Amino acid sequence: MSVTKYESQLREPLVNGDKTYGQVTQDIVNTIEAKPTRLWYIGFYVSVALLMFGVYSVYREVTYGIGQWNVNRTIGWGWDITNFVWWVGIGHAGTLISAILLLFRQGWRTGVNRAAEAMTIFAVMCAGQFPIFHMGRVWMAFFTLPYPNTRGPLWPNFNSPLLWDVFAISTYFTVSLLFWYSGLLPDLATVRDRAKTKLRKHLYGVASFGWSGSTKHWQRHESLSLVLAGLSTPLVLSVHTIVSFDFATSVVPGWHTTIFPPYFVAGAIFSGFAMVQTLMLILRKVMNLQDYITLGHIEAMNKVIVLTGSIVGCAYLTELFMAWYSQVPFEQDIFFKYRIAGPYGWSYWLMMTCNVISPQLFWFRKLRRNVLFTFIMSIVVNIGMWFERFVIIVSSLYRDYLPSSWSIYYRPTIWEVGFYLGTFGLFFTCFFLFSKYFPVIAIAEIKYVLKTTGESYKNDMSTLENKEVDEFVHEMHDHHEEGAVKVVHH
Amino acid sequence: MSKHIQFESMLSLTGSNADDRYVHRPSEAGAVALALYAALGGAVAAPALADERLKKGIAQAAASLKASGSASVVVSGSNDANVQLVVNAINQLLGAYGNSINWGATLNTRQGDDAAMVQLVNEMNEGKIGALLIHGVNPAYDYFEAKKFESGLAKVAVSVSFNDREDETSVRCKFQIADHHFLESWGDAEPKSGYLSFIQPTISPLFKTRAFQTSLLKWSGENTSYGEYFKQYWLTKFGSQAAWDKALQDGVVETPAAAAAGSYNSAALAGAVAAIAAAKPGTGKEVVVYTKIALGSGKEANNPWLQEMPDPITKATWDNYAIISFATAKDLGIAVDDNYEVEVAKPVIKLKVGQQEMTLPVLVIPGMHKDVVAVALGYGRSEKTGKAAAGVGQNAYPLVGFNGQSFTYSVAGASVEGTKETFKLAYTQTHNQYEGRDEVVREFSLKEFKANPTALKDERHKLVEDYAPTTGDYRAEGTLYPNHPYPGAKWGMSIDLNSCIGCGACTVACTAENNVAVVGKSEVLRAHEMHWLRIDRYFATYRDDSGNDNLDDLNVVFMPMLCQHCDNAPCENVCPVNATNHSSEGLNQMTYNRCIGTRYCANNCPYKVRRFNWADYMGADSFPDNQRGKLDDSVMMMNDDLTRMVLNPDVTVRSRGVIEKCSFCVQRLQEGKLKAKKENRPLETGADGKWDIKTACQQACPTNAIVFGNVNDKNSPVSKIRNEEQTNRLFYSLEQIHVLPSVSYLAKIRNTDRHVGVAEAAHHEEAGAEHKEEKKAEAAH
Repeated sequence: MSVTKYESQLREPLVNGDKTYGQVTQDIVNTIEAKPTRLWYIGFYVSVALLMFGVYSVYREVTYGIGQWNVNRTIGWGWDITNFVWWVGIGHAGTLISAILLLFRQGWRTGVNRAAEAMTIFAVMCAGQFPIFHMGRVWMAFFTLPYPNTRGPLWPNFNSPLLWDVFAISTYFTVSLLFWYSGLLPDLATVRDRAKTKLRKHLYGVASFGWSGSTKHWQRHESLSLVLAGLSTPLVLSVHTIVSFDFATSVVPGWHTTIFPPYFVAGAIFSGFAMVQTLMLILRKVMNLQDYITLGHIEAMNKVIVLTGSIVGCAYLTELFMAWYSQVPFEQDIFFKYRIAGPYGWSYWLMMTCNVISPQLFWFRKLRRNVLFTFIMSIVVNIGMWFERFVIIVSSLYRDYLPSSWSIYYRPTIWEVGFYLGTFGLFFTCFFLFSKYFPVIAIAEIKYVLKTTGESYKNDMSTLENKEVDEFVHEMHDHHEEGAVKVVHH
Repeated sequence: MSKHIQFESMLSLTGSNADDRYVHRPSEAGAVALALYAALGGAVAAPALADERLKKGIAQAAASLKASGSASVVVSGSNDANVQLVVNAINQLLGAYGNSINWGATLNTRQGDDAAMVQLVNEMNEGKIGALLIHGVNPAYDYFEAKKFESGLAKVAVSVSFNDREDETSVRCKFQIADHHFLESWGDAEPKSGYLSFIQPTISPLFKTRAFQTSLLKWSGENTSYGEYFKQYWLTKFGSQAAWDKALQDGVVETPAAAAAGSYNSAALAGAVAAIAAAKPGTGKEVVVYTKIALGSGKEANNPWLQEMPDPITKATWDNYAIISFATAKDLGIAVDDNYEVEVAKPVIKLKVGQQEMTLPVLVIPGMHKDVVAVALGYGRSEKTGKAAAGVGQNAYPLVGFNGQSFTYSVAGASVEGTKETFKLAYTQTHNQYEGRDEVVREFSLKEFKANPTALKDERHKLVEDYAPTTGDYRAEGTLYPNHPYPGAKWGMSIDLNSCIGCGACTVACTAENNVAVVGKSEVLRAHEMHWLRIDRYFATYRDDSGNDNLDDLNVVFMPMLCQHCDNAPCENVCPVNATNHSSEGLNQMTYNRCIGTRYCANNCPYKVRRFNWADYMGADSFPDNQRGKLDDSVMMMNDDLTRMVLNPDVTVRSRGVIEKCSFCVQRLQEGKLKAKKENRPLETGADGKWDIKTACQQACPTNAIVFGNVNDKNSPVSKIRNEEQTNRLFYSLEQIHVLPSVSYLAKIRNTDRHVGVAEAAHHEEAGAEHKEEKKAEAAH
C-alpha cells in the first residue's frame, strides 16, 4: 500500500499500537457513544457546583458592589485581573498548537490540538468574565463598544489599553472558535454517520453542517484551516501583547516596562502548555487514549515548557537588571525592596521557584517522559504563572509613588476567591461536556498521519531504512517523480 | 523667620509643627518651666533634670529667648497654676508683657472652675442642692468621677437638662427641655475681648424644641421669645436698626481694647516655685490624656465626619488607643516592622493607673517621651448618643485626676502589660516615611535653604535640559501628545507646606461641600475611605539604626494631597470610555454617569487620589436594598431622611461603582463664573483681594496655606506666588514623570540648624541675617 510521506524510524511514532482507520474511529468516538463513567459524573457535578458558587459570588458583587472584594483605594486590581491575565495566558497554548504548529507542519500536534483548542476557547470564556465583572457598573459594560449612539455620538477612548483588550479578546475568541469548529466538522460527520439513535443523528447532522466527505469539502476544509491558521498565528503574539499593554503603558513603577510584550507572550505559552499537560494527562488516562497521546507528545510539550520557562526566567532577570540600570529610584524600590522582600516577598519567590527553577528539571529526558512528574510540574507551573500575574499587579500597586498611600495587606474575600473558583467550574463544566459530546482527538487528522507515524506503519519502514544510502536517495527521487513510495505491506 | 521650640511629652499637632522639639515626663512640666526661668536669669535654683537632651534644649531655648527678648513669648498648656505662674514670670523677664502680650485682648473661652465643679458634686451628694439646670455640658460622661455625679444628680429634687440631644446626663435628669440646635438659634458671644460675635439661625427649628433662654424668660415671668428679646436688647445697644442690621450681617463687631491695661504681679511666684521644687518627678509610665484634633472633648462624637477624619498625627479614625514610644514597644515585645505596618490588627495592652485599668490597642508613634502613654478623651460614649458615637473607643475621663485646685491630665506611676489579643484599628496611612523620595515632598532647614536658595529651581532647570533640550519647554517637548492651550481661565492651586499645620479642617470642609461619603470603620479598615482631600503626614527620620526613637532628627511634614488636575493626566488616557477627561480650563473632570468602574484610572494615578464607590454609601442607587446590613450603622445614619439634609444640593451624589475625586469645587467655579457674567465683568480670583471663587478647602484653611485661582490671570495670588513671590520654594510633586500637575507646593522650611530633609547637608557659613524669634514652650498638660 502507499503512503504519502516517508518518515524516519528515528522519530518515534505518534500513534502507538497496530491501528486501522476503523479502530481509530472506534477508540475516539467510543466515549461519545457509551454512557459516561462514574468518574465523569463526579467530575461534572463538582464542576457544576463550583460554577454555581461562582455565579453566587458574582451575584453578590454585582448586587452589593465591588466592596464585596478586598481590593482597595491603592490596589484597584487584585485577584480579578490576575485571574484574567492567567486565563488568557492559558488559552495561548491551544492557538499555538493549532495555528503555528500547523504552519510548521508539526505532525505531533494532531494528537493534542482538538482538546487544546477547546481549552483555549473555554479559557478565554473564563478570562472574559473578569474584565466584565470587575467593572463597578457592569450593566454599563456596553459603553466600551464603538456603536453609533445618540450621545453625540460618544465613542470609547481609543487611547485606552483596556479598549484594545476588548477588541483583542473578542477577536481572539471569535477566531479560536471558528478554527476549532471548522476542524470539528469532519469528525462530527463521523459521529453522525455512526449514530444509532434518531436524535443523535439529527443533532450531529445539524452540527456537522452537511459534511459529506467529498473531495471538494476536504479541499475547502484544508484551505480554510490554512487561512484560519494564518489569522491565528499573529493572534498568538498580539493578544497577550495587548494584555501586557494594560500594564506597560501605565506610569506605575513595576508596570511601566517595555519588556512586557515578549515576556507576557512567552509566559502565556508556558502556562498554556502546562495546562494542556494537566488536561491531557487526565484525559488519556480517563478515556484510555494512551495510544494517541503518547509519551512522545508529552515530551514534545515539556520541551516547549522548558524553553518558554527559560525565556520567562530571562525576562525576570532582565527586569531586575533594568530596574537597577535605569537608576530610577521608584523602579529600584519596587523591585529590590518591595517585590523581592517586603510583605509580598513570599509570592515573588514562589513565582521564581515555580516558573524558573523547577522547569529546568525538564532538561532530563527521563523526567520529560515521566507522566507523574509531568503532571506535578504542570500544576506547579500554573501556580507559578498565577503568582507571576499576582506579583506584577499587586506588588507593583501596593507601594507605588506616594508612601502615604501604601496599602494595608491585601487578602481576598471569600467572594473574590469564589469568582475564581467559579471560572474553574465554568472551565471544567465546559470541558466535561466537550469530552462527552465531541471527539476529543481530531479523528481525521490522526488518520492523516496514521500511516506515516503510526507505530505499526513505522515498523514497515524497515525495508526503506535498511537500504543503502544511494539506493534510498534513488527511491526517494522516484517517489518525488511518481508522487508515491511503494511499500509492501505484509 | 519666627522660631518655635516645643517642650512636650507626646507628639502634639503643635509640637509636630515646631522647629525644634524636646520631650520630658509630664510630671516634669513645672521643672522644665523652672529650669528655663533659671537659665534666663530668674532668681531661682535650677531643678535637677536627668535628661541630657532636655537640658540642652532648655539651654538652646534660653539662648534664643535672650536673643529675641520682648519679641518672644512663652506659653504653656498645663492645667497646673504653679506652672503658669512660672511661665508668667518668664514672660515678665523677657519683657513680653505689653509687647508680644496684649493685656487688653483677653481670651474668654475655657473659664470653667474645676474646684467649684468638684464642690458642686460634693454638695449634690450631700443633698444640699435643690435644683440643677444643665445646659451644654455632659458631666455624666466627661466628669472624672462620673458615677459620683450621677449619684449626686439622683439626690437633686429638680434636675432639668436643656441639652439639644439625648446624652449621658440628660437621660438622668428629671426633665428634658431640648434646646434648639445651634443652627436654629439666636445668640451672641465675645470669645476675645472687644470682638462681639452674633449667631443667627440658618434654618427654622426642625423639631418641637424651645430655646433655652426662652424657657428662662418664661419662668422669670417674661412672656417673650428669646429671639425677640435678643433683638430688642441689641437694638437698644446699637441705637438704630441700620447699625444692628449691619452688625448682624457682618456677624461680628470689632472694638479692640487698647493695649497695656494691666500689670504683672509676682506675689504668688515664690509659692509656685517652692511647690514645683518640692514636687517629685513621676516614676513608672506616665499616662497623658489628651483631646484629639477632630473630636475634642467628645461632645461632637456623634458626627461621623469628625469620627472619620484621620487624626493628624496617628492617621487613625473611629477609635482611641494607647500611643506608645518605640522604647515601650520594644519592652512589650511589639516589633514595629513591615508586618506591623500593613496589618490593621494592632496589639492590645493592659494599662494600669492606680485603681483604673484599661485594655487598649496600641499605636507606636515617634516623638513620644519613652515612658509616656497617651490616650485620647472623647470616646466611649453611651449607646444612646447616636449611631456614629455608639461603641466607638473607650472613655478615658476616669483617668483624669484632681489635685484639689484643678483637674490634672496626666498621671504617673502607671504600668503597661502586653496581652495576646489584637484589635483592628482603622488608619488611613500605613507608612510614615517618604523613603527619601524628595520628588514627592520637599523640606529644608532655613540654614540649608539660605545656603542654596535655588536648589529647587536648579532641579527644574535640569529637567528642562534633559527632556526639552531643543525648545526649553518641558511641558510641550516632554510628551508625544499635542500640547493643549488654555485660552480662558486655567485653574491652579498653590499649597504652602510651611503654612500648613496639618489640622485637617480642609478634609472635613471638602467632605461637607462635596457630599463625600462617610464609610464607617469597617470600610476604612479595608482602605475604602472616600476623602477627596487628605493630609499626608511624613516623619522623614524617626528611628535610629537599632529601631529606637530618634528624637533629634524627627521632623513632621504635612502635605495636603488632592487631585492634582494634571494637564498630562495618566488617568485620562487609560479610561476605556472617556469618563474622565480634561476641560479647556485645565480641570480633570469626572463624568459619573459615563463611568463603568474599571478602576484603571485609580491604579494609574501616581498620587492615589481617586476614590471608588465600593458600595452604595450614599443611597444614590437604583438598587433599593443594597445597604441593608452591609455597611456600618454610621453610613446608614448618613442616609436617613434627616441627615440627608446635610447634602449639598449643588453636588451630585455618586452611585456605587463609579470613581470620584476632587473636582476643584467645580460647582463653585460655575457659580462664580455665572456671577461675574451676570455682573458683566471679568472673573475675580483673588487679585486685589477680590474673590468670586474660593474652594471649600481654601475657605476652611485657618492659615491660608491653600490658594486657588486662575493662573492665566497674572494678578491672581496663585500666579503671583508661582511666578514672583515664592519662585525658590515652588515645586510640583513628582514633576519628573511629566504629568504636569495643576497643584503646586511651596517647600517647608524649618528654622533650625539641624539637617532637614533628604539632601546632603550643605556646609556653608550661616547666613548672617538676623531674624526675629518667636519662642514657644509648651509643657504638656
